[in-house]
Amino acid sequence: MKGVMAWIDERFPLSAIIRHELTDYPVPRNLNYWWNFGSLAGLMLVIQILTGLFLAMHYKADIGMAFDSIEHMMRDVNYGWLLRYIHSTGASAFFAVIFLHMGRTLYYGCYRKPRELMMWTGQILLLLVMGAAFMGYLLPWGQMSYWGATVITELFGALPVVGESIVILLRGDFVVGDATLTRFFVLHYLIPFLIAGLVVIHLVALHTVKSSNPEGVPQPEKDAIPFHPYYTLKDFLGVCIFLIIFLGLVFYSPSSFIMADNNVPADAMKTPPSIVPEWYFLPFYAILRAIPDTLSGVVAMGVATVIFAALPFLDRSRIPGGGRFRPVYRWSFAAFVLVVIALAWLGAQAAEEPYVTLSRILSVLYFAFFLTLPWVSRWEEKWLLQRGTLPKEVLDYMESEEKKANNGGQS
Amino acid sequence: MAGDTINIIDKSDLQDPERRGVMGIGIATGAVAAVGAGAACIPFIDSMNPTADVLAKATTEIDISDIAVGEVRTVIWQGKPVFVMHRTPEQIAGVQDNDGGKDPQADSERTQKPEWLIVVGVCTHLGCIPNTADYGWFCPCHGSVYDYSGRILEGPAPFNLEVPDYEFLTDTTVRIGKQV
Ligand code: FES
Repeated sequence: MKGVMAWIDERFPLSAIIRHELTDYPVPRNLNYWWNFGSLAGLMLVIQILTGLFLAMHYKADIGMAFDSIEHMMRDVNYGWLLRYIHSTGASAFFAVIFLHMGRTLYYGCYRKPRELMMWTGQILLLLVMGAAFMGYLLPWGQMSYWGATVITELFGALPVVGESIVILLRGDFVVGDATLTRFFVLHYLIPFLIAGLVVIHLVALHTVKSSNPEGVPQPEKDAIPFHPYYTLKDFLGVCIFLIIFLGLVFYSPSSFIMADNNVPADAMKTPPSIVPEWYFLPFYAILRAIPDTLSGVVAMGVATVIFAALPFLDRSRIPGGGRFRPVYRWSFAAFVLVVIALAWLGAQAAEEPYVTLSRILSVLYFAFFLTLPWVSRWEEKWLLQRGTLPKEVLDYMESEEKKANNGGQS
Repeated sequence: MAGDTINIIDKSDLQDPERRGVMGIGIATGAVAAVGAGAACIPFIDSMNPTADVLAKATTEIDISDIAVGEVRTVIWQGKPVFVMHRTPEQIAGVQDNDGGKDPQADSERTQKPEWLIVVGVCTHLGCIPNTADYGWFCPCHGSVYDYSGRILEGPAPFNLEVPDYEFLTDTTVRIGKQV
């Protein structure tokens, strides 16, 4: 064994990598279970790629055959039902895990210096996962698949001048059709591998800046513990608990993640009485619908999905971390979570009063969380310093940061 | 001393403006390469556009002789639904006395014969197919309301339902789409 390792190490730095990324990789000792969702997102990516690969062996990307090929998986393919239910429920589980991971990042201020690149790669990962989910949703070629894809591709038509030709280019047809289905299948297959590549970059960046921690105050390296075995075990426990919940849904309630209307084959001549996107798109969909003008609605929805990338600039507090030592930030984060949940609920309601007015108010609040942050964070800092209740470690850290900044200015 | 002999590059002319000519060639090469790379993208992008057989669906001929007064028939043109409506006199009167809602247009500009309304049945908001309602059409997706002239009255849709190019070939046949 030693000999084999030495032979490899002469040609590839295998044991150095293992040491650097696992056995010697220093992690703060006080991470709580909110730090488990990154590894769970990685697990979901693997599960989705694996089940997707085997499903693709039976799928037909042709509008005449797509719907039937799904039924064929469900009835004739050995364990096809299981693979498909894991994959369709997996989409929801993937988003659940990602949203919790993002919630952790926001609450604990993990996006702050020096983790900007973590935030930005994470933001692109979010967009890629959304793209993959959206395109995958067309593949069963049910009514919801078809009309969901119609509405979303039509969004690009709101662009001035070039809008219509872009919609036709995206669809390869005047309507969502065979060309659209085939290209969505190709891209749905491709994107997960782009995601995997970007995850590597996300992790390399993480292992450069190291994990943040719930306190938000960086800890001296000597206080850190190695990732393996401490956090491999903690992540493993998280995986076990997650799989109990996830597989519980897969086995006992798989169809609650498949809308009834999507068991009807796509009909280009009949829009279902109500089109509701999957739950993970609902908050953004509610923002889209809240704005009466299509183009502004599309822009608002786009901004709502990418505004997380701006957080490192928006948070101007010098108090380290997120909610731990900053009560105003903590409560505004809590309010933001409630706003997102309420928007998700509104996104599923019919387009009538009082829902329209409510979603307008809540959309404003959604953006207010981000756009007021520069002032709120500064004001909060001043207030907390005046109140003088900040713990010594926080004040020490702020002082050392200030010194560092001053020295930097002099040299 | 050995170092001097190895140093065969004469650095004294580094400031010589003549040498900038090489940079010019470099920039030109880069520019040509960029244009070439751009041109090489065209086949790939254009391959995503509608194919010849899809474009061949450009016109549709329909027989309207059996559409009863008050009936809306949905026909397919370019894969999209087109509403062909035989309007009743009351419906005609109801839309002729006003110019619609936020995209004002007289009914006479939207029809060739007042009793026949022909509009593309695709909501101008985000492309759902509106359902008939007792005032015209209602889009189930985000609640746009259209009158019997296909004009937007309420809701998020910005424009009236599109009137396609069409022509009455005889009293009972209509060709939808532009003959190319
Ligand atoms: S698509 Fe008709 S109202 Fe949005």
